[in-house]
Amino acid sequence: MKICVCVKQVPDSWAEKKLNAGDSTLDRASADRVVNELDEYAVEEALRIVEAGEGEVTILSMGPDEAADSVRKAISMGAHAGIHISDPALHGSDALATSLVLAKAIEGRGFDLIIFGSESTDARMSVVPAMVAARLGLPQMTFANKVEISGSNLTIHRVTDYGYDEVESSLPAVVSVVEKTNEPRYPSFKNIMAAKKAPMETLTLADIGLDASTVGLANAWSQVNDFAERAAKAKGTIITDDGHGAEKIEEFLVTQKFI
Amino acid sequence: MTEVLVLIDHTEGAIKKVSLELLAMAAGIGEPSAVFIGPGADNAIATLGEHGAKIVYVVDGQAMLDHVVIPKVEVLTKLVAEKSPAAVLIPSSADGKEIAGRLAIAVDSGVITDAVAVSADVVATQNVFGGATIVHSKVSKGTPIITVRTNSIAPVQSGGTATRVDIAAEISASASATKVVNRVSVAKSGRPDLSEAAIVVSGGRGVGSDEGFTKIIEPLADALGAAVGASRAATDAGWYPHQFQVGQTGKTVSPQLYLASGISGAIQHRAGMQTSKTVVVVNKDGDAPIFDLADFGVIGDLHSVVPELTALVTARK
Repeated sequence: MKICVCVKQVPDSWAEKKLNAGDSTLDRASADRVVNELDEYAVEEALRIVEAGEGEVTILSMGPDEAADSVRKAISMGAHAGIHISDPALHGSDALATSLVLAKAIEGRGFDLIIFGSESTDARMSVVPAMVAARLGLPQMTFANKVEISGSNLTIHRVTDYGYDEVESSLPAVVSVVEKTNEPRYPSFKNIMAAKKAPMETLTLADIGLDASTVGLANAWSQVNDFAERAAKAKGTIITDDGHGAEKIEEFLVTQKFI
Repeated sequence: MTEVLVLIDHTEGAIKKVSLELLAMAAGIGEPSAVFIGPGADNAIATLGEHGAKIVYVVDGQAMLDHVVIPKVEVLTKLVAEKSPAAVLIPSSADGKEIAGRLAIAVDSGVITDAVAVSADVVATQNVFGGATIVHSKVSKGTPIITVRTNSIAPVQSGGTATRVDIAAEISASASATKVVNRVSVAKSGRPDLSEAAIVVSGGRGVGSDEGFTKIIEPLADALGAAVGASRAATDAGWYPHQFQVGQTGKTVSPQLYLASGISGAIQHRAGMQTSKTVVVVNKDGDAPIFDLADFGVIGDLHSVVPELTALVTARK
């Protein structure tokens, strides 16, 4: 079983995030850079599948040079190899371009399974796994909170607003997993050391056969006209409970016509 | 006037509120046409017409729902090619976003997700980073494909009637690569859906236990007809199920009233609720950052304030 896990380097989800004033792209310097939390569930799921049978897990990421750290970090959970697509022309790429790049990097490598986290904590679009499935022409088995493999058959529980759908497909397939699908492990000392020596391919656009005119900010399918920080909210009424706190809330809810 | 396609979210013809909101939004851009896929169209056409749809494109039948998103993408792909709409509006659900993403590839167009407003010239407004930043963006290639969050606009009852146009559709080989073999409903609480609710009553670390949720938070929610939410601290502690988590990871909500009890208001949580219209806070720590978002706040112990409030609200009924 050859599994590819796609990870994204994002600003820490416990930190304030900002856009760059110049080109309205993500300000990657304003917060600590971490592996997207949701992707840790994807790595864990891949490791569990391989550990239950046999195989290899490859971490794939597209991002600036610093994203290599996140690939190593993900490998240190116990994965075997990494692929990092880095090219100045990728700056400002949208989801369409990102999915194109990832699909190009994946195709022809014989992966049985490509696993994503169901969203990134910065852009939160949740579209890239479906787009990569579309580009690769593989079954889209997304928003899973349970993944089961039996031979060349895959079954997932796809989370829905009423519960879940049990969905079947064959392999190879593209999977995305939701938060809390499993309990992601902490990297062991042994795996942290191993990750430093794990094979890592660093590829440019040319290496994966893409032209710079298909990606990047200037070629995006959508553009940001302008942006602004939300104005701080006017200070509300704050009181200290003197035994009448509940009544005061009730009065407020009545004036605001909630009750 | 140019058509604007609206993908209708429904359960066997019972239309979700967000779909009617999208029809109202579409009317600000062009002439709304509803796209109804799945069984139950007979129950839906009149309502869609009353809410502004001039045409309802119908692909009837359960088979469309038995495969992950692709059948819907293929119907929309065909309609975009035939009708050259001014935009395609899709509810910002998990399915909706995936449909939008695949449709964007199929028709070589830009996609914008989680819009809260779309102007007449199809500029979308998004609240990004949990509402900390407001972005205006535009699709620059092809047909704008935009997913829109629930509660972004009020539905408008224009009292019109819609023309039904049936469309033939087949399940392609690519669609049949996935097969839904079973649908499992988890027990419903009877409370409104968290992402659609007008009022959310939410609890955090200060609630202290799972019993705190069932004995303090849930009764207030029920008295107010509200949904229950929880902070990550509470779901990580196992006091409340993860699907009710509001925050950076978890659900993003934007209700009329958000009542936060025992929640300190870390970025992780604020990112999921700070676009709520009115925020009421109960927290014993007066320095908690959640008070910065409060329209009304009580520095006090939720274990006494909230049950009293529940009793007062119940007594008014």
